[in-house]
Amino acid sequence: MPLDQTTVRKIAFLARVKVPEDELDHLAAELSQIIGWVEQLAEVDTDGIAPMTVVADMTWPRRNDTVTDGGYAGKVLANAPEAEEGFYTVPKVVE
Amino acid sequence: MGALTDLDIARARDGLAGGEYSSETLTRAHIEAVEAARNLNAYITETPEIALARAKESDARRAKGEALGAMDGIPIAVKDLFCTEGVPTTAGSHILDGFVPTYESTVTEKLKAAGAVMLGKTNLDEFAMGSACVTSHFGAAKNPCKGPDGKDLVPGGSSGGSASAVAARTCLGAIGTDTGGSIRQPASFCGIVGLKPTYGRCSRWGIVAFASSLDQAGPMTRTVRDAAIMLTAMAGHDPKDSTSAPIEAVDFEAALNRRIKGLRVGIPKEYRVEGMPEKIDELWENGASLLRGAGAETVEVSLAHTKYALPAYYIVAPAEASSNLARYDGVRYGLRVPGQSLDEMYENTRGRGFGKEVRRRVLIGTYVLSAGYYDAYYLKAQKVRMLIAEDFRKAFETVDVLLTPTAPSAAFPIGEKMDDPIAMYLNDVFTVPASLAGLPAVSVPAGEDNFGLPLGLQFIGKPFDEETVLRVADVFQASSDFGSS
Repeated sequence: MPLDQTTVRKIAFLARVKVPEDELDHLAAELSQIIGWVEQLAEVDTDGIAPMTVVADMTWPRRNDTVTDGGYAGKVLANAPEAEEGFYTVPKVVE
Repeated sequence: MGALTDLDIARARDGLAGGEYSSETLTRAHIEAVEAARNLNAYITETPEIALARAKESDARRAKGEALGAMDGIPIAVKDLFCTEGVPTTAGSHILDGFVPTYESTVTEKLKAAGAVMLGKTNLDEFAMGSACVTSHFGAAKNPCKGPDGKDLVPGGSSGGSASAVAARTCLGAIGTDTGGSIRQPASFCGIVGLKPTYGRCSRWGIVAFASSLDQAGPMTRTVRDAAIMLTAMAGHDPKDSTSAPIEAVDFEAALNRRIKGLRVGIPKEYRVEGMPEKIDELWENGASLLRGAGAETVEVSLAHTKYALPAYYIVAPAEASSNLARYDGVRYGLRVPGQSLDEMYENTRGRGFGKEVRRRVLIGTYVLSAGYYDAYYLKAQKVRMLIAEDFRKAFETVDVLLTPTAPSAAFPIGEKMDDPIAMYLNDVFTVPASLAGLPAVSVPAGEDNFGLPLGLQFIGKPFDEETVLRVADVFQASSDFGSS
């Protein structure tokens, strides 16, 4: 199904990616082409086939649900574009 | 003795052990080679100080009789998708501007613990999304081979910087990652060996995530033996990656016994695509006959759903990517572009920080996962993926390993296929099926096309049977005498 400008604007917002208005047309055409191409999967009969959710067929080890790491807020915040007093900062969310 | 940069890992190991040269001497030769090959743009960050420090430590260990093993003192390059403590890690993206990890990925930690010497971080397609190494924020990397008209060629991708670095003899080996062919296809384009291990063989912890059910780290080297040596140091269970297999690492080099008598090699008939150069067919045919000459038996097999692997991949991989890349929010690391509200800050940051191919895949992924479309696209693709895995499982009931071309073409000029995403995606038509099924696969140099450009063949194996894949690839490389240094 081809994607129109409105759909692209909507998914761009869902993905929180700003797309300039003058690129919407081109992008809609490009994404429609890709979606049109993947739609050939409709030819495949998948009735009764379970979706693949595990890649390797084995039992994976589990660990106890306990804290094994942490206690270094400074390291965690070291790459923050803006941090203050041990916290990440963001634009005001609540008035 | 020739130049130290013409050695391979196995020979350098022996030379270091025999005291013919020190790791420092070996490392200095490679640092000079890295500097001399800067026109290839294969490295994003060079780390000569770290390399020399580790080389000296290695020499000190050896002097005390405490050498660590095959990788001790060996200079290698690292794809800039592995987080390295204190060394910038870019993933080839603008959005990770200024990011310096405070931790080390498990695979690079293991290599470091094995004594390997890191020369630098190599160029890649942004977030490993690409097949030509042209979507990097730091510019395209080049293939050391030139086109017939003198044009610069792509090294393949996404691990194109690593492939170019190994082929240009700036390092003895490199590590890459492979999601749909990102180790094997550039290996084929640059005339080297590239191994994607079984999903779960190497830990993904500390690797910048692209598609978590597909991503796998692997070695890129000039010989199959070197790939076996590097994999031995990289593999093993890691409690920090819940999908890393609880299987003890083995010595993969020990599997290279040159015996393939009676081995059953499957030739999947569906791996012939329209427009594929005749030369590739010819090399494939020669490869099969060479293996028969070494005592193997070749059998035609069918992998009926092969043609649907690529479209299934282009639903599954972008879906996982859109979810993984949600973490780039301008808050915790990397680029931040201000906005009036929190949403606007996110949108501005991600709008500016992601390149066009990444944006395309994030949007496709968001679309196929969005309400009302999930069943039609994502669920459908996961069912097709099951059928593809099932095809392989059945084929492996009668054969031990599969032989296919690695890519449908040789390296192409930089700039080609840039405005046609689907033409670019078709590069991975032969590598994606094994990725979807999580199988080990290696690309080995097989010959040249009519313009003298390298072409590779691919061996695909059963889950966790890297030994057979490496053993047959080693026989192939030894008998074809192609690409071994």
